[in-house]
Amino acid sequence: MNRFVIPLLAFAVVVAFLGVGLTLKPRELPSPLIGQPAPAFALPGLQPGARFDSAQMQGRAYLLNVWASWCAACLDEHPLINQLAQAGMRIVGLNYKDDAGDATAWLQRFGNPYAHIPVDRDGRVGIEFGVYGVPETYLIDARGVIRFKHTGPLNAEVVRRELLPLLGAMRRDGESS
Amino acid sequence: MIPELGHFALSLALLVALAQAALPLYGAFANLPAWIAVARPAALAQLLLVAVAFACLTAAFISGDFSVQYVADHSNSRLPLIYRIAGVWGGHEGSLLLWSLILAAWSGAVAAFTRHIPDRIAARILAVLALISIGFFLFMLLTSNPFERLFPAAADGRDLNPLLQDIGLAVHPPMLYAGYVGFSVAFAFAVAALLGGRLDAAWARWARPWTNLAWCFLTVGIALGSWWAYYELGWGGWWFWDPVENASFMPWLAGTALLHSLAATANRGAFKAWTVLLAVCAFSLSLLGAFLVRSGVLTSVHAFATDPARGLFILIFLGIVVGGSLALYAWRAPALASYIRFAPVSREMALLINNVLFGALCFAVLTGTLYPLVLDALTGAKISVGEPYFNFLFAVIGAPLALFMGAGALLRWKRDRAARALPKLLAPAAASLVVGFAWPLSMAQAYSVNAALGLSLGCWVVFSSLVTLIDRAGGGDRGGDRGGGGGARWRGLLRAPAAVYGMTVAHLGVGVFIIGVTFTNAYSIEKDLRLSSGEMAQVGGYAFRFDGVSAHRGPNYAAARGEFVAQRAAAGGEFQPGAGVALRPEKRTYLVQKNPMTEAAIDAGLTRDLYVALGEELERGAWSVRIYYKPFIRWIWLGALLMAAGGLVAATDKRYRRRAESATTDAIAADSVAADHVSPPPPGRPQPALG
Repeated sequence: MNRFVIPLLAFAVVVAFLGVGLTLKPRELPSPLIGQPAPAFALPGLQPGARFDSAQMQGRAYLLNVWASWCAACLDEHPLINQLAQAGMRIVGLNYKDDAGDATAWLQRFGNPYAHIPVDRDGRVGIEFGVYGVPETYLIDARGVIRFKHTGPLNAEVVRRELLPLLGAMRRDGESS
Repeated sequence: MIPELGHFALSLALLVALAQAALPLYGAFANLPAWIAVARPAALAQLLLVAVAFACLTAAFISGDFSVQYVADHSNSRLPLIYRIAGVWGGHEGSLLLWSLILAAWSGAVAAFTRHIPDRIAARILAVLALISIGFFLFMLLTSNPFERLFPAAADGRDLNPLLQDIGLAVHPPMLYAGYVGFSVAFAFAVAALLGGRLDAAWARWARPWTNLAWCFLTVGIALGSWWAYYELGWGGWWFWDPVENASFMPWLAGTALLHSLAATANRGAFKAWTVLLAVCAFSLSLLGAFLVRSGVLTSVHAFATDPARGLFILIFLGIVVGGSLALYAWRAPALASYIRFAPVSREMALLINNVLFGALCFAVLTGTLYPLVLDALTGAKISVGEPYFNFLFAVIGAPLALFMGAGALLRWKRDRAARALPKLLAPAAASLVVGFAWPLSMAQAYSVNAALGLSLGCWVVFSSLVTLIDRAGGGDRGGDRGGGGGARWRGLLRAPAAVYGMTVAHLGVGVFIIGVTFTNAYSIEKDLRLSSGEMAQVGGYAFRFDGVSAHRGPNYAAARGEFVAQRAAAGGEFQPGAGVALRPEKRTYLVQKNPMTEAAIDAGLTRDLYVALGEELERGAWSVRIYYKPFIRWIWLGALLMAAGGLVAATDKRYRRRAESATTDAIAADSVAADHVSPPPPGRPQPALG
């Protein structure tokens, strides 16, 4: 084959992906973890001396938000995470493969919505949760079961369509049980 | 009325561009001088019309005409004048207009300053530029009209994004666009050569100053962006591997490879097809950047308001421009392919290594930037590829690049002996190791071997570039070392072509840049502190005193301003009253958009920056405060400016402006004789810009 055609073919592949990228709506990934108990883990916290143990969250639903200061998409969803926290949602921010100084500065700059910040420096806990990439968000209920997972930045529509109804249903369940 | 005038001028510009594309292209094909002659005046007319449209939009901004949708979205009656002008390109539509204006300006410059290029070739170049203009005019007129009216008119505007209300950002986009768009000239040269089926050393010589200039603008634009991120985003970093930063960096890498490959084409007729491909790539990556930033396929901190319809338009445009030119390349390039012999130790080989490494860097950045997108398309996962990936790859590919840069420029064309070149490099190698390993001793912190290695590399680039300059000016470029005497050497230095000086300055810039990056990475100190009024803190050998926070009011924001005094920590730790430098960081809340903004206070110096940013108020009088000590961080931007200056100097080389006939023949002839070491070589070796 004529080697001068190669750039054209490579470009065609790139354009195909860009075209698909354009039509993509952020869609939900089926996670085998949904309906399963969340992996238990204990990690040091971001503040010096702090520790986080997933057992301490038993009894109340919370969001586990996987984030990092180097992640541009995290900044994208951050205002929404802040809003959720202000609305009273308990949010645990798993700081994923990040530098403590960068992470602290990032939170100071953009606001800290997290009740706890376990630090997953080597990504070990991320592997147990099956983290594809940053950001990811899990909803874990009072019994420690994963009820919902979102890959990529949260947006208002996902929150309205999926997260809030789920939370409402869980609250009703909680009252009846 | 004025906005309608602008709209009308824009529509007329589209018509002129259509004429500028169609007539000369056919004229050059059928050899009709009258049709060919349309190109230059049409390009100037197009420039005039776009300038009128741009002036109309600027007038609407200055007068605060909030009946124009775009003005209402990006301005406000309380916005200071300078940002009202910068606001013209503060959003999607206006930045497209700026892009078109700059494209028209480059076209006009090509029309005016290429009298030494045969009309038929210049006509093809201008026609290709007009084809690109048509795309942008259609983009604006069909999907993103900046002159769209708003009924009823808004009472006041929504204000310019506060992040953009900054002098760095007012200048950054025009510079960056001048670079992006400048590569369209190199692209047009390449496509014109493919269309004409003729590509020789003269062609490369004509293309070089344009490529150099575009590259200079892009270098300055990227450096400004980095500087802005450093002081305005309040993170204290200078590069974040954000998709938008990568979008500007990829054309830079391809453009840098192009500069070097053009050197081989201009002097030896080597790498012809490859040079054309790089010219296509540099501009394609500029367009790809525009697509990534505006279509919303990638999330980024500074993506423009995104819209899939716009994304589709750019994608189609990208497909036509890049797909078309690559198809043309596949069809015509086989005829251009050059088979030039050169020895394993030769300047051609050095340039080849340069191109391979730059190609690898560019591919690495492209992969890292597009990987999230590809993964999204395949699996639906949305992720960010982080800093660790890019930093690792840059260390792995960049270090050999710097090593080869020092040695490569010293080599002669066609064939050189390692036994000649290596002894000349011993002194700079030894000196750079000594300086590199001694320099970290001057720092107060613990000795870092990594820093010593990085500094040695930076010094190596600096010293070997100086040795190369002396060698090439002193006759080392010739057949033998006969011009070695001291006096002859100095005279040679004075007579050395601008391109050699340009290359030296740019390569020195790379060395300065490496030194800056090494120091900043190894020895920065970043402290997050809680300080009450009157408290002191020690960071990086400096003492900082916090004197509380007061309220201030700007034209369109309210601010809390902190008062700090910093001075070198004395031996006893005593604070000298009256001495030291005042630092006043602010936390601003812009009145219209309500975003809080951090304005860091920076005391800049050649060997260190002191950086203070105000965090949150904790309790009465106590604030969270970030204090950074950033050694040699200025050298990063200084290095970039030196690179750009080098490119500029090289662009002035007189040999690039010679007329067609003589240039072609004598370059080829001279090259073939120079190899035999018989007669004097061609007047010099243009060899601009950095690695």
